[in-house]
Amino acid sequence: MNNYDVIIIGAGAAGLAAGKVCAQASCSTLIIDRADRTGGVLDQCIHNGFGVRYFKEELTGPEFAHRLSIRAKKAGADFALSATVTGIKKLPDGTFHIRALSKNEGVTVYHARAVMLAAGCRERTRGALAIPGGRPAGIFTAGAAQKLLNRSGFLPGKSAVIVGSGDIGLIMARRLRWCGIEVKAVIEIMPYTAGLTRNVVQCLHDFNIPLYLSTSVVKISGTDRVCGITAAPLDRQRQPDMTKAFDIKCDTVLFSVGLIPEMELAGKLGVKENPATGGAVIDSTYSTSVPGVFSAGNMLHVHDLADFAAEEAEYAAKCMIDYLVGVRTVAEFQVKAGENLKYAIPNRISPSAIDSLRFLFRPTVVTDRAVLKAKVNGVTVWNKKLLYVRPAEMISAELKNCNISGDIIFELEETEK
Amino acid sequence: MTELICINCPQGCHLQVSPKGDSWLISGNRCPKGVAYGQQEMRDPRRTVTAVMPCENPEHPLVAVRTDRPCPKAMIPAILNRIYHSYAEKNVKNGDIVLKNIDNSEISVIVTENI
Repeated sequence: MNNYDVIIIGAGAAGLAAGKVCAQASCSTLIIDRADRTGGVLDQCIHNGFGVRYFKEELTGPEFAHRLSIRAKKAGADFALSATVTGIKKLPDGTFHIRALSKNEGVTVYHARAVMLAAGCRERTRGALAIPGGRPAGIFTAGAAQKLLNRSGFLPGKSAVIVGSGDIGLIMARRLRWCGIEVKAVIEIMPYTAGLTRNVVQCLHDFNIPLYLSTSVVKISGTDRVCGITAAPLDRQRQPDMTKAFDIKCDTVLFSVGLIPEMELAGKLGVKENPATGGAVIDSTYSTSVPGVFSAGNMLHVHDLADFAAEEAEYAAKCMIDYLVGVRTVAEFQVKAGENLKYAIPNRISPSAIDSLRFLFRPTVVTDRAVLKAKVNGVTVWNKKLLYVRPAEMISAELKNCNISGDIIFELEETEK
Repeated sequence: MTELICINCPQGCHLQVSPKGDSWLISGNRCPKGVAYGQQEMRDPRRTVTAVMPCENPEHPLVAVRTDRPCPKAMIPAILNRIYHSYAEKNVKNGDIVLKNIDNSEISVIVTENI
């Protein structure tokens, strides 16, 4: 009864999309999630902007999740909700025991032939930034404030400053304004925003919320409750210039300073981590370093859009089905991120995958014209012109019909500063 | 010339808008949606409003809602006010209309999740 071909950890965009593909291929599939509803973070993302790519229709987060969920259920996937996975163990025969803890059923051990890690991310917190100041109430991560506001109905405060310009922070700026809360500023340490341009327009410009780029928060003031922050622009050495420091009064500070893949369980299982993404190292079948364990979605690397996470998970699920029917490929060549790229996905490839695979990259530069090049043994074997490159926006590339005979290095060359 | 950024999709095309007769000339768009967005944004900017509405279900005190179409920006505060001061029934479903034809604008508010 607790035996499955596939167990997917996480019922968010990636887990639900993968579940549908596996169940449709007649694999017995179980999706486990610690929340009592499906959707993962989509459940609290009540804003629109989802699905334009995946469903060719603009949807809100819950609508997008609902559609994915119905498709997975119709295909025949089982669900274990309100169940937290506390351990994954690889058995000598190459299959897995997955231990889950739930309020209603206590400890349950499931058996699976293959596992998909799709548990998403957690938020980076104030602690990761080492901002001086006390520990007053009123400091939240943007996603935690979003959940409090949208799911429980608690207003986090009356006037807020948002630190970091990630998409959740931008979306929260608008949400707060629409709830009658003043948003004094968004403060970003980098010279560019971490969120999508359209969110800067519809969440900041629409409300005349000031955005301070290349500016650092150097202090949070307040004893019982936040009473303000001090910010300072960065000088040429990218150090805060204290002679230009300024104060902003507020009772709430939201941090939108990045997401970290939820890798604890995977680490214990021996899954190798990619330091550039915080997620797993994977090959062109989305297999991690542990055979039978796959990963996709934000747990693999942070995506700009839930649509991309779902698409990626579908592809990974197809590779997982191949694995279950006994297909084994050797990913003989390495893929490396070169100039102006933070990372490249996947990390290893089999040349046979080149026609169906989509490579994904995160750029580290802001430029309006660039060329993405694939080099093998120092020779450019493929290139693509790019317009409007921003670190907030993932780059994808397909190298169809390309003959790959060695390790690939991708480089992003700026053709205009 | 006015500069706009299209918000239809994540590409966020930078549009250049200049007057042309009683309309506008739009460039910088990568698809036809950009032209429509530019014209609409100059004439009558609209946004889809999303929010949470109080719900009579004690286990789900709030239900996610949105307007069924983009609304004139000037109407947004009034629409939000109506949403915050209404109650959704206990067992509303995805797509249910909870506020109909607000102030004869043809704009309705619909539920976006199952309770």
